[in-house]
Amino acid sequence: MHIVVCTKQTPDSAAKLTVDAAGNVSWGDSPIVINPWDEYAVEEALLIKERLGGNATVTVISMGPEAALEALKHAIAMGADEAIRIWDPAFEGSDTLATSYVLAKAIQKMGDVDLVLFGKSAIDSQTGQVPVEVAYRLGFSPLTYVIKIAELDPAGKSITVERLLEQGRQVVKAPLPAVVGTIKGINEPRYPSFMGIRKATRAQYPVWSAADIGADPAKVGAAGSGVRWTRIFPPPAREGKAEIIQAETVEETVRILVDKLMAEKVI
Amino acid sequence: MSNDIFVWIEQFNGQVAGPSWEAIGAARTLSGRLGGQVCACLFGQGVEALAKDAIAYGADKVFLADDPTLADFRLEPYAALMAELARQHGPAFILMGATFRGRDLGPAVAVELETGCVADCTALEFQDGQLVATRPIYAGKLLSTCTVPERRPAVFTLRGRAFPKPEPDPSRTGEVIRVAPVRKEEDIPSKVVGFQETVGGVNLADAAIIVSGGRGVGGPEGFEPIRELARVLKAAVGASRAAVDAGWIPYDHQVGQTGKTVSPDLYIACGISGSIQHQAGMRTSKVIVAINKDPEAPIFQLARYGIVGDLFKYVPALTAELKKRLGA
Repeated sequence: MHIVVCTKQTPDSAAKLTVDAAGNVSWGDSPIVINPWDEYAVEEALLIKERLGGNATVTVISMGPEAALEALKHAIAMGADEAIRIWDPAFEGSDTLATSYVLAKAIQKMGDVDLVLFGKSAIDSQTGQVPVEVAYRLGFSPLTYVIKIAELDPAGKSITVERLLEQGRQVVKAPLPAVVGTIKGINEPRYPSFMGIRKATRAQYPVWSAADIGADPAKVGAAGSGVRWTRIFPPPAREGKAEIIQAETVEETVRILVDKLMAEKVI
Repeated sequence: MSNDIFVWIEQFNGQVAGPSWEAIGAARTLSGRLGGQVCACLFGQGVEALAKDAIAYGADKVFLADDPTLADFRLEPYAALMAELARQHGPAFILMGATFRGRDLGPAVAVELETGCVADCTALEFQDGQLVATRPIYAGKLLSTCTVPERRPAVFTLRGRAFPKPEPDPSRTGEVIRVAPVRKEEDIPSKVVGFQETVGGVNLADAAIIVSGGRGVGGPEGFEPIRELARVLKAAVGASRAAVDAGWIPYDHQVGQTGKTVSPDLYIACGISGSIQHQAGMRTSKVIVAINKDPEAPIFQLARYGIVGDLFKYVPALTAELKKRLGA
């Protein structure tokens, strides 16, 4: 079984972000890390491989410039078998429509892929659109918000998953190949081992260009995109500090609070 | 191409998701400027009665597909039908709620139509003839604006509770057009084989009031007073990552960067320090109340009202006071 995990790099979730007048986002000394949601996808791929007695290959891919290596290295250190970075200057400015085209072309090039795993979304642009779009481009079963893979039958080419929706869990059975968007709760991602980190340092990280994957130049980068980002700016600041309510007794304090909430018409 | 706006009306067991009506409201506002019609796309089985609700909320036209293949939401038949309707009628925009299903359907339709989809919009307005969407990025630490400059239709998913829900007007009239599904059951690979509904809880995304607990609740039993307060307020129960990671409450309740993003009228944070990641999930709440022992907790920077003290004293007292006032 061939499992592909799609990842990207993001600033650490604890990063303090600033943005300049030109819309360039910076994150100070905070490190660039694997998108935290993607760790669940990598972990799930490794768990599947373990369940299959090692009878699977886990390939991790990332479309991105040099910085994307951080995501790939982390996945290799966790235990993925091989990593491929997909990048070409022509990919600059891609929205999700173009990004999904590039990822789909790369997956098609591999030819024998049964399962493509994603994190729920990237914590930077947070569109959450790429998993579904890749599934559509490949004609794979689109399974998102997956909190449990209940059954995986590589021989029978089928997968059953539990999807966490607003009202509860929807259980869906679909044919392989499939795209599975994982969410937190599906597993507990492992920390890279010492051996894993050593392996990641020595591993090869080949780069596939637009030509390598046979991408149509009209479908990548700004030309292949539908959405244009026009401005990035900080949100309006919330007003100062809380009004602290402190009366003689607990009962009096909560009475004052309830008065205020009723005056605000929120209860 | 027309100046019409399509709106997907999402329903589950005949209940329409709040963000769908909010999207109808947003479409009405935009069509005031654009001049086209607001067309509701209503798919399901036994959902005909909802068509007149869609008109009451502001639709001029309803494309109604009522068929067993559409009984459960599945991406394949829903996206195929939505894309086909868009090809036939050429709307300028397609709007839907940024719910779980909407955030799947939007990009699927976008790929079918090779167009742009802007996720999770919190505002939409025309500037220089372009529809400009505002959306949070980096978990709300920053905002961005996006357009779909050339391709039509352009797809936008709208964050729940970011747009006002219109008042239904039962006297409004409109046209209901029956449409047939474009996929037969045998051409739909995904099969829904079960659904386990979450019992007895208010859905966080729709909740007008949320009561949340964090590390300060101290254990699974510490959520009891939180739940009691939530019951009195008909509120949803939220939790910080610390409480979820400790195993005190399931992940479904987590609010924050790696959980749900919520925007209720009232958010009561009990024993939550207010990490930057938690704030990312709830900072757009209208009124925030913090109850925390630590006067230095960052949550007090965000809250409008604060009580510095033991939540196990103040939360039950608040519940008792509300029972009296609300007669609950």
